[in-house]
Amino acid sequence: MIKVDHLAKRYADVYAVDHISFEVEQGEILGLLGPNGAGKTTTMRILTCYMPATSGTATVSGYDVFRDSINVRKNIGYLPENVPLYPEMRVKEYLSFRAKLKKLPYRERKTRIGECIEKCRIADVQNQIIGTLSKGYRQRVGLADTLVHDPKILILDEPTIGLDPNQIRQVRLLIKELGEKHTILLSTHILPEVEMLCGRVIIINKGKIVAMDTPSNLAAQMRSGNNITLEVRGNGEKIKNALSSIEGVKKVVWQEKNELNDFNVEAERGMDIREDVFTCIVKNNGVIREMRQASITLEEIFHQITTQEHHEQEVTV
Amino acid sequence: MTSVGTIFQREISSYFLSPIAYVVVAVFTVFSGYFFSVMLGITQESTLRYSLAYTQFILSILTPVITMRLLAEENKTGTIEPLMTAPVTDFDVVFGKFLAAWALYNIMIAPTALYIIFLAWVGSPDYGAIIASYIGLILMGGLFISIGLLVSAVTKNQIVAAVIGIVALLILLVIGLASYGNEGWFYSVLRYIGTYDHWDTFTKGIVDTRDVVYYVSFTALLIFIVVRIVESRRWR
Repeated sequence: MIKVDHLAKRYADVYAVDHISFEVEQGEILGLLGPNGAGKTTTMRILTCYMPATSGTATVSGYDVFRDSINVRKNIGYLPENVPLYPEMRVKEYLSFRAKLKKLPYRERKTRIGECIEKCRIADVQNQIIGTLSKGYRQRVGLADTLVHDPKILILDEPTIGLDPNQIRQVRLLIKELGEKHTILLSTHILPEVEMLCGRVIIINKGKIVAMDTPSNLAAQMRSGNNITLEVRGNGEKIKNALSSIEGVKKVVWQEKNELNDFNVEAERGMDIREDVFTCIVKNNGVIREMRQASITLEEIFHQITTQEHHEQEVTV
Repeated sequence: MTSVGTIFQREISSYFLSPIAYVVVAVFTVFSGYFFSVMLGITQESTLRYSLAYTQFILSILTPVITMRLLAEENKTGTIEPLMTAPVTDFDVVFGKFLAAWALYNIMIAPTALYIIFLAWVGSPDYGAIIASYIGLILMGGLFISIGLLVSAVTKNQIVAAVIGIVALLILLVIGLASYGNEGWFYSVLRYIGTYDHWDTFTKGIVDTRDVVYYVSFTALLIFIVVRIVESRRWR
């Protein structure tokens, strides 16, 4: 649906977006993740035809964003960051204006606006003046606007920024629901959001793509080692020696406390030693009280990737 | 072209949802009424000619107030982003806004029709001259609006847009006045650029093609420039 090829945007001599390429498949929810100023908004602005790229191409549902921009714009719903709305208009009035602007035929307009109002749960404020609405409602009015012409693709720039936890939950649920019918590209710097919503993640830093995969794959890939933490009853000394002799184990840390033993077993990357560990302990008359694989969260990956980059740069400087 | 209508409709309703429309109409009515009564008292002639000469001065101050928010506000609040990512062309947006402001301008000068009724009651005015004056007034409005729109397009601040717009219009008025009655190529260039001389012809009851061309082409040129400015975010 969206195809980005070596897209770059340069401001003076700084690349805000530095030759990135990616694709978004139909029906997918793709998360664009990155720290502030990484180039997320710029990428989205290029895709929505708000500004052109310095070089490279991007096509949205087959239309080039530069040459066929009107057709692109007909096929996307865009929610800009901070959701700018006209404060003096009423909610319904605004949606009707936007529907007209997006060339929704007169007959469909009313039912379509009604549907969007219902879907975004803004029925109770539909006759209110936008300027008097809370941030959460404004956000949902913005979302209703992106949906009003039933676009195939939704591009959402930080859809949950500035909302309270309940509102964040509601907006996320709504996005998830929308993901069933629409292709969604969303940007955020909130990690649990990506884990919850997105089928695939692109981590972008300083205008470059630093990682692109599913959230779980990304976690697996980034695991520096394979760490297992154990709590075992039994002969600690004996078990420690036995564990060390398992194939693939790099390091065993043993700590005795009261009657129990804590172990930390580090195995080589990509090896699953959990079953071997189990049989080994049982053979040595140990009882496993707890076994847990230390998992790495997206947060850690994000931190690792974005700061890694930073260190490298410092070295080159 | 349907988008022009949509933009026009929103802008017009937005004018009347904010105090701007009421303020400019009220201020204009007060001042034009004052000049009308004073000039009528002095000249004792049943004509709008003398009072309209002063009207240009009020219009130079009020029209930028009409146009100040058109693009400056969109730039400031960021509503330009959803607007420009909707399937509309830059021209649709600019022209829709221009027409809305022009319509408000015409609403603003509409109450002066009462003076004609009054003149008809107390004397016998030359209707030809009055009709010509109104044609001139409306054409001049188009030019003033497009100047205001241009200023509004290049700034994010409404007050700045209004002030620069007023200054620009006053300069156009002053260079026309300064060249009045002077000879030589320099003054004739000033006279041509300035609005006063063209406007004066209309108030005399003459609809000269030269003046019509001056207003229409100047307005079209400015609208064209505004479209380019709005477009310029794409290559800046």
